[in-house]
Amino acid sequence: MNVSEIIKPENQVFCKTKLMTDATLSYCPGCGHGTAHNLTMEVIDEMGIVADTIGVAPVGCSVLAYDFMNIDMTQAAHGRAPAVATAISRLWPNKYVFTYQGDGDLAAIGTAETIHACNRGENIVVIFVNNGIYGMTGGQMAPTTLSGMPTSTSPYGRDVKTMGSPIKMTELVANLPGVYFATRHAVHTHKHARKAKKAIQKAFENTRLKKGVSFVEIVSNCNSGWKMTPLESNQWMVDNMFPYYPLGDIKVDGVLK
Amino acid sequence: MSELKLMKGNEALAEAAIRAGVDAYFGYPITPQSEVIEHLMAERPEERTGMIVLQAESEIAAINMVYGAASTGKKVMTSSSSPGISLKLEGISYLAGAELPAVIVNVVRGGPGLGTIQPSQADYFQSVKGGGHGDYKLYVLAPASVQEMSDFVEDAFDIAFKYRAPVLILSDGLIGQMMEKVYLKDQQERISDEEVIKKYGGWAVTGKTDRKRNIITSLDLQSEKMEARVHRLLKKYAQMEKEDLRFEKISCDDAEYLFVAYGSSARIAQKAVELARKKGIKAGLLRPITLFPFPKQQLFELADQVKGILSVELNAGQMVEDVRLSVEHKVAVEHFGRTGGIIHTPEEVLEALEEKIIHNERIGDYKTRESSIL
Repeated sequence: MNVSEIIKPENQVFCKTKLMTDATLSYCPGCGHGTAHNLTMEVIDEMGIVADTIGVAPVGCSVLAYDFMNIDMTQAAHGRAPAVATAISRLWPNKYVFTYQGDGDLAAIGTAETIHACNRGENIVVIFVNNGIYGMTGGQMAPTTLSGMPTSTSPYGRDVKTMGSPIKMTELVANLPGVYFATRHAVHTHKHARKAKKAIQKAFENTRLKKGVSFVEIVSNCNSGWKMTPLESNQWMVDNMFPYYPLGDIKVDGVLK
Repeated sequence: MSELKLMKGNEALAEAAIRAGVDAYFGYPITPQSEVIEHLMAERPEERTGMIVLQAESEIAAINMVYGAASTGKKVMTSSSSPGISLKLEGISYLAGAELPAVIVNVVRGGPGLGTIQPSQADYFQSVKGGGHGDYKLYVLAPASVQEMSDFVEDAFDIAFKYRAPVLILSDGLIGQMMEKVYLKDQQERISDEEVIKKYGGWAVTGKTDRKRNIITSLDLQSEKMEARVHRLLKKYAQMEKEDLRFEKISCDDAEYLFVAYGSSARIAQKAVELARKKGIKAGLLRPITLFPFPKQQLFELADQVKGILSVELNAGQMVEDVRLSVEHKVAVEHFGRTGGIIHTPEEVLEALEEKIIHNERIGDYKTRESSIL
């Protein structure tokens, strides 16, 4: 038996996500963004909605999301993705509109846009990747940086007395009537990734049913920014991020858990 | 057929937007332009034409909604007044960089800062010199009547889509608030989603079908690509100067003295021309209708004919710089204008012409300077 006999469709056990381009990911090895991208694209592909999907990319590490996601995308100004998505969704009410944002983008500079798009109950999906740091600009303190966590702008650790406490955006927006689904996941293990994918799928289903905002937070690592190996960063995330940002559903089908 | 109505400038603009088949308006209340969104909300445009009107949480959100809607090939606009436009400038820069068609209206009030709610033309620099960050320009239309507040909506969208670029309608509190008769155009149908996809499918994000995916962005991390983008913009601006310059000449044929004024100041200067001529002073008016492109060549030529030019503006002297650049020191150019929301009278304007130009000894200097160069 030679190689060409083995390479047959029936023997295929895994393939690259169809809706991901061939561009080399700009993320650091070990970063969770790649998995979060894959899961989002898998859901869109499996639901067969690519022709009706418009994504909105943020500013931050995932600013180039449109280089990797083989779909129509608009790149928004820093923090403004929910406003951009609002207009797209209002003008194309039968489209699936999603934003893909990090914590600096969504929870700091874009807080007003996040809250008000959620409050209006825009029929959109928000995928919120929270790694507690500004990755792209080199590891500065984010609104979600944990108490005591050192960053380049809080080199002695975040002092909540002067720098405020890490903000729990998903809990915050879950309290708004316009939010139909608010949930928090992770993508560092297969088990977690599978759960996260189910949540993303439910979010896009909600869009189909015109239920309002579906807010999916993915707690992720930033091994470069946290100055750890990928494995260490995942363990640190489990030990420190998860206790403060507990995984699980916060609001399902419009009902707070 | 057109309908004759008595309306405020702001209302006429809003009504024109509905009738022009605009798809969406996103705005935030600010004096003296709130009538725009108030008129739109009262008119139930969603029922009349399907036009989406949304009061955003901020000026910043509103301009980014414009960015989102424009990304999808829809006809979208926003309006505000000076402090609000300052907030929108980031988004306007993104619109220019991402090459998106959109219409922005500034009903200018006095500044800086929170300033005053009274009329002003102090946002000239902000409007024609870029305003936001980066190498870009806006095509700027300056209405001088309620009729033009109405007519320029459609004109602005024609330019926005011709060039895939943001267009600014630079009005002011006087034109926005005053009532005049206006002929409103007939209702145009909004173009359907299918037509949008057909017409703008080459670039607009409407969902990736069997075509190549479309991406709207202003980001080019490679310098060569970014420079190419800037050059693409410059080419558009050069074409605008060539093909879409607009101006009006009033009593210029035999003019010995020239007013240059736009918007509400042009209305006042036009009256000053009449007063001057009654006194035997041969005055004329050049009214730039577009502030970018600017009637540089026309001014350059008129400079050979007139003895002096007075730039009349409701500000501390902004357009006067462009007038001076245009005439290349062939003739004396002075500025006159009230600020802070005070509106100059035609008499004041004529007085200023007499004082600053006609009886200004510096006019002689120009002749001397010219001969010394020769």
